[in-house]
Amino acid sequence: MNIVVCIKQVPDTAEVRINPETGTLIREGVPSIINPYDMHAIEAALRIKEEKGGKVTAITMGPPQAESALREAISLGADGAVLLTGREFAGSDTLATSFALASAIKKLSADMVICGKQAIDGDTSQVGPEVAEFLGIPHISYVRKITGLEDNSIKVERMMDEGHDVVESQMPLLLTVVRELNEPRLPSLKGKMAAKKAEIKKWAPADIEAPAEKLGFNGSPTQVKRIFTPEAGGERKILTGSPEEMVEELIKELIKKKCL
Amino acid sequence: MPVRIDRDKCTACESCIGVCPYEAIVIKEGRALINEYCQMCSICLTVCPEGAIKEYEEEAKAGEMQDLSKYRGVWVFAEQRDGIIAPVSYELLGAGRRLADTLKVELSAVLLGGSEADALELIKWGADKVYFSDDPIFEKFNDEPYAELFSSLVNTHKPEVVLAGATAIGRSFLPRVAARLRSGLTADCTGLEIDGGTRNLIQTRPAYGGNIMASILCPRTRPQMATVRPKVMKKGEYGPARTGEVIRVEAGGLKSRTRVLESVRETSSHKINLQEADIIISGGRGLKNPEGFKLLEELAGLLNGAVGASRAAVDEGWIGYSHQVGQTGKTVCPKLYIACGISGAVQHLVGMQSSDHIVAINKNPEAPIFNVATYGLVGDLFEILPLLIKRLKEIKEK
Amino acid sequence: MDYFLTEEQLMIKDLARQIAEEKVVPVREELDEKEEFPWDIMKVLAQSDLFGLFIPEEYGGLGKGSLELSIAVEELSTACLGVSTTYAANALGTYPILLFGTDEQKKKFLPDIASGKRLVAFGLTEANAGSDSGGIQTTARSEGDSYVLNGTKQWITNGGEAEVYTIIALTDRSKGARGASAFIVEKGTPGFSFGKKEKKMGIRASATRELIFEDCRIPGENLIGKEGMGFIVAMKTLDSSRVGVGAQGVGVAQGALDEALKFARQRVQFGHPIVSFQAIQHMLADMATEIEAARALVYSVARFIDSGAREVTKVSAMAKLFATDVAMKVTTNAVQVMGGSGYMREYPVEKMMRDAKILQIYEGTNQIQRNVIAQNLVREAAKTGK
Repeated sequence: MNIVVCIKQVPDTAEVRINPETGTLIREGVPSIINPYDMHAIEAALRIKEEKGGKVTAITMGPPQAESALREAISLGADGAVLLTGREFAGSDTLATSFALASAIKKLSADMVICGKQAIDGDTSQVGPEVAEFLGIPHISYVRKITGLEDNSIKVERMMDEGHDVVESQMPLLLTVVRELNEPRLPSLKGKMAAKKAEIKKWAPADIEAPAEKLGFNGSPTQVKRIFTPEAGGERKILTGSPEEMVEELIKELIKKKCL
Repeated sequence: MPVRIDRDKCTACESCIGVCPYEAIVIKEGRALINEYCQMCSICLTVCPEGAIKEYEEEAKAGEMQDLSKYRGVWVFAEQRDGIIAPVSYELLGAGRRLADTLKVELSAVLLGGSEADALELIKWGADKVYFSDDPIFEKFNDEPYAELFSSLVNTHKPEVVLAGATAIGRSFLPRVAARLRSGLTADCTGLEIDGGTRNLIQTRPAYGGNIMASILCPRTRPQMATVRPKVMKKGEYGPARTGEVIRVEAGGLKSRTRVLESVRETSSHKINLQEADIIISGGRGLKNPEGFKLLEELAGLLNGAVGASRAAVDEGWIGYSHQVGQTGKTVCPKLYIACGISGAVQHLVGMQSSDHIVAINKNPEAPIFNVATYGLVGDLFEILPLLIKRLKEIKEK
Repeated sequence: MDYFLTEEQLMIKDLARQIAEEKVVPVREELDEKEEFPWDIMKVLAQSDLFGLFIPEEYGGLGKGSLELSIAVEELSTACLGVSTTYAANALGTYPILLFGTDEQKKKFLPDIASGKRLVAFGLTEANAGSDSGGIQTTARSEGDSYVLNGTKQWITNGGEAEVYTIIALTDRSKGARGASAFIVEKGTPGFSFGKKEKKMGIRASATRELIFEDCRIPGENLIGKEGMGFIVAMKTLDSSRVGVGAQGVGVAQGALDEALKFARQRVQFGHPIVSFQAIQHMLADMATEIEAARALVYSVARFIDSGAREVTKVSAMAKLFATDVAMKVTTNAVQVMGGSGYMREYPVEKMMRDAKILQIYEGTNQIQRNVIAQNLVREAAKTGK
């Protein structure tokens, strides 16, 4: 089975802090990582390869430094990697990103495409479904368990807001996966050594036959108008005294505010 | 939009370098320079003390410019699950009504599945028109038929704004619609405003794991689409006498390559729905083990509230994921949120900071939760909670 | 401090550290409390290729040396000595086969060891033969094309969990120093059973058991080397493994220092973080200096061993002696720096202190190490006629 995994290199937003004086992001010292959801996607692809045989290719669209994310994917067990890079791709919103990825995936003849549910910087969870639409294949979002896999069909559990659905689909298809699906493996030494020597394919718009007006800033219908930090406002009071005294004062205040 | 640094104004103070999440700014020949790693996220724009960082209009090499004036109307996707209208649909009608009135256009809803009675209800909640299909293919949610019919309706009737709930369903199929229509979709919005002159929808949403807020525009294409975070917008006004038009839509010939075999509801032992609760007692790592949640359950029982949890507690396996509040869990907006043994990392705050009143109980006086708490109690929750429970029981008995 | 590690060595260090932080730290308290064997972590180590580090490539390993193994052991030890002992004891048990085994024996046993499929244990110590390893009483009687083992080994790390055991037993009591031989015994061989798991002060995740041989018949081809080479096999094995124990010492000491430093920066007394008090600073300074000296010695000795040097006994004893004494001192002082909190099981340092003690005892007590060093000093002096 030929599996393509879409990954993204992101700043570790769990580590990002806000400068309390300027209200801006402190980027220094925040490592670049493979988007955590994509780690689960890679793991899912590797397990399917181990069970059914085949090939796993990791693909990402990003600046040259994104190559290290692809090498990490290879150290985990991916067989090959593709980097879509170039000025033309910069400034892409999810639509332009999805179009570029889909154009590249068309060259890779995938039986299955696996994506993480969302990227922890953009937080949109749109790229997976948009790529599926551009590829003309069905997709299933928020997969938390794969219960059956044949050459032409797949059965999964899809997380919904109040529970889950059991969904069956034809192949080829695209899956977006959630953390509950699996426990990502750590890289192996042999994998890390292979990753160092691996050849990463680098593709430009011409390699994926994508017209310039559908890529990058020009191909992005949405634009960021402005960025600001969320405000935390309102009154604040630290209660003091013994635990009994604090509890007494709290109850008094809450009754006053009609919370109880 | 592309960003440039005015090298004459730049003093190489490196403030911009510190905030760039993509390491795209470097010092070259004594001045800051933005290199090809730039993702145009605009975070650096506000940081430069000299105002040297500016956006610039690049000549859009976009294809044919759409004639935006052909697009009129605000549309709302009214979500139904198992024949019940999801509450977010009423919130969308509320927000949609507000936008439609500002734009002086009609508000329409699209209902796939459900009954004609449901469609009529949507009119009472504010819709002027409801496009409705009860074709059995919509009974269970499958992305392709939903996306196909919705896209074709939007393409035919050309609304300028399309809203859906940022729910599992909305966030899954609306991107397919966006790709099909080649237009802009913004996810998980918490704010929607109209920019008067341009009729552009200003969509505000959290990003970077909730660390920052971004305002997004879709100025060159239509429709402008957004999924909207549940429990943030106000529900529309219910007018029992409101009238409108229900338009039945043909869905024949739609196929789905996916099939839902079974829908399973997952409920926990806690009956009250977290997102509907007025009072939430939430526990984090400070509870130390699953037994700590028994204290919270007792308090919740007394106050008729629900039990929530931080991601740390859920990851430890002390309570189920359906109780998780935060960036990767649920967003809640209760009257009273009591955070016990929760440090208050940004990812959690994003899910509860708009609560009316926040009480924080934590051993660590430096815990960030105290920055948002209306009332902060520094102490051992294992001492404070039993006292609180005892006093409340006494008061109840009086 | 930069030890000019190669890119590959840095890869090994990073991977071992990642495993230590992500997989070992979260479970070390529970493993210690429940005295549970760390099978899950052994699986992770296997999958990451770390079991094959020191095994030649032709047998499925990565063909690396003592320095690489020491680096991996050090990183794992910063997280938990119980886990690193389980891992390092594997190397200890494998060295007899590696250093003295025939090609057939290597082909039969090394690939599964390299892949982590089978764990290994080394059986020398007995109730009456600790420091006095010459006092062993387990016998291996030659009978046709097999040997029959009788006797009991004591306090064997990985005992009961490992599947491959390298055992030193007497083949001819009358021959004295040439009276023992080394054998490979597989778990499941009739007549080979285990005693109960020992309850220990520390490294409680590591399994320590008696090995009981009652007319245990093993095939003749399981003899390692020649009859009579037993003690030589044992000594050479220990020469190779000692530096790994030194690495354990460096690792646990570093882990303890990190915890103590973190705590001292946060803990406020008399209006100041305690790290600003000279008494604490001096303790931390001494700890850091001793760790660096120990690390420098361990790495130098490892490099020396990897260079193919033949006379490594004295310096490997020095590395083991010094680093493990440092480990005991540093972990004890880490508890001291953290005061009451350091004593509480809630914090990791009391476990590190309990764990560190064994390093001064096993694989040759530090008193034996001093004997070895002194004997070698004298021997060298005699040779050069000083």
